[in-house]
Amino acid sequence: MLPRRQLVGLWTIVYREVTRILRIWVQTLVPPVITMTLYFIIFGNLIGRRIGEMGGFDYMQYIAPGLIMMSVITNSYGNVVSSFFGAKFGKYIEEMLVSPLPNWLIVVGYMAGGMTRGLLVGLIVTAIALFFTELQVHNWFVTLSVVLLTAAVFSLGGLINAVFAKKFDDISIVPTFILTPLTYLGGVFYSVQLLPPFWRDVSMFNPILYMVNAFREGILGVSDIPLGLAYAIIVLFLVLLFTACLVLLNRGVGIRE
Amino acid sequence: MKALALKDLRKTYHGGTEALKGIDLEVEEGDFFALLGPNGAGKTTAIGIVTSLVNKTSGQVEVFGNNIDRELEAAKSCIGLVPQEINFNQFEKVENIVVNQAGYYGIPRPLAQQRAERYLRQLDLWGKRHDISRSLSGGMKRRLMIARALVHEPRLLILDEPTAGVDIEIRRSMWRFLRQINGEGTTIILTTHYLEEAESLCRNIAIIDHGRIIEHDRMANLLRKLHKEVFVLTLKEPVTAAPHLPGYRVELTDPTSLEVEVSQNEGLNQLFRLLEQSNVEVSSLRNKANRLEELFVRLVENGSDRDEGVGHAS
Ligand SMILES: Nc1ncnc2c1ncn2[C@@H]1O[C@H](COP(=O)(O)OP(=O)(O)O)[C@@H](O)[C@H]1O
Ligand SMILES: [Mg+2]
Repeated sequence: MLPRRQLVGLWTIVYREVTRILRIWVQTLVPPVITMTLYFIIFGNLIGRRIGEMGGFDYMQYIAPGLIMMSVITNSYGNVVSSFFGAKFGKYIEEMLVSPLPNWLIVVGYMAGGMTRGLLVGLIVTAIALFFTELQVHNWFVTLSVVLLTAAVFSLGGLINAVFAKKFDDISIVPTFILTPLTYLGGVFYSVQLLPPFWRDVSMFNPILYMVNAFREGILGVSDIPLGLAYAIIVLFLVLLFTACLVLLNRGVGIRE
Repeated sequence: MKALALKDLRKTYHGGTEALKGIDLEVEEGDFFALLGPNGAGKTTAIGIVTSLVNKTSGQVEVFGNNIDRELEAAKSCIGLVPQEINFNQFEKVENIVVNQAGYYGIPRPLAQQRAERYLRQLDLWGKRHDISRSLSGGMKRRLMIARALVHEPRLLILDEPTAGVDIEIRRSMWRFLRQINGEGTTIILTTHYLEEAESLCRNIAIIDHGRIIEHDRMANLLRKLHKEVFVLTLKEPVTAAPHLPGYRVELTDPTSLEVEVSQNEGLNQLFRLLEQSNVEVSSLRNKANRLEELFVRLVENGSDRDEGVGHAS
């Protein structure tokens, strides 16, 4: 395919994905509004007032970047896993498979769709956060690049999940049993400095910790992790997951007999 | 130019089903070609391989000279597929389905919309363009898949049992439409398990059964073969050469066995008159088993559920 045609193909996927997100907004955009508002009220307002400071910030301020990141992660992942699995389940993935769209473009298209939902929800949650606390962006470049890269990583994760999923249950197993625990343990609600040394070391194996902290660095200017290391880990995951997606689609795993 | 060439194509599914046992097939550009075979013969598998929906086990596929192992994108660009089963997003609007498909082929949106309008109109779906596709009737869903397959104006249109479960009125109008498209230069390959459909539409035909091509010929020749019977005559005295029997195709398989092809409406009297004139004495006579005919008996049995199935078929 000529580059110009590839661009049209890519745009078609992204446009279709974004339309889907907006069409089913009750499933895609409303739930994070409700859960995140509750988080802010309960953890931030009610409990947070008793906690006082963390990392030199008001507890509410401290958890706001973590909660934004948490919604970006869940929603990027959730968008791709359900959209791609839906296409498999309804067989309309075949529309793309018979077309000359190269596989890397299909991956990029779904990734962009997932990132769009992640960012959209991230923005909404940020707006909610502003009702409860003040946020001033310490470093725009870090804030935006980390949120974009993280959304990309989890979109790709969702794609891999969808490739292997055979039934609807399979698309909620990973979010429930892996993603949610890792997010809760990823420094959304606390600084790992508070943990005993052993658990602090264990936490270092959790990739989400790096993302949450890098994002917090972007907004508040504090992080438990050196920024360079965080970027290295995020980019490493991005490359690994992208390659994995490409290999899976090229082999036709889960989509071709 | 060959629109499609398959060489020794094989497919074994996980679990061991040998769906294709080495098929060879050639379809000329401009042809209207039927791939006929009973359920489970391997038609959908063959088409799946050609359209990249199924991985082949071995063999070669070329679409207008583009090998799918080396020039996959070029090969894909030449093909439009109407699959056997519904495979569009049932929650999507009719027009979007066609426009998006054009997008996957790199056709810019304004042109895609023009094309979508043209083909939706031709297939009587323009009035339904804003409807959610799930709400269409069975016949409309098939036509939507035809419009979708044509939107990038492929040189080769492949239809996998396009008229299964479609009522007779719509079937006929679909046939008319396909003839028109073919007249305008699109090569068409159609799979079916109805001889009647192949006969009325196609110039060339291949018959597939149990993963093997058992006939590959012009439609007219096949029909002639179908209407002929071969008799095996056992002769009283051995002969060295086949007797001259004007008007009959004769083959001496051994000195006392003579095979004679007889058209079904001809009868045998004339044959025996000629044998008598040649002084050939026949001691016995039997019908040679005709595998084509056996196959068609099965096809007809298969097809007999057709008209009962209409209406509540998937
Ligand atoms: N996905 C599959 N997995 C395993 N076996 C299959 C699969 N699809 C088809 N088959 C088998 O392959 C053979 C050919 O099937 P198919 O190509 O669908 O035939 P047709 O389209 O001529 O009815 C059948 O025996 C069928 O059961
Ligand atoms: Mg079939």
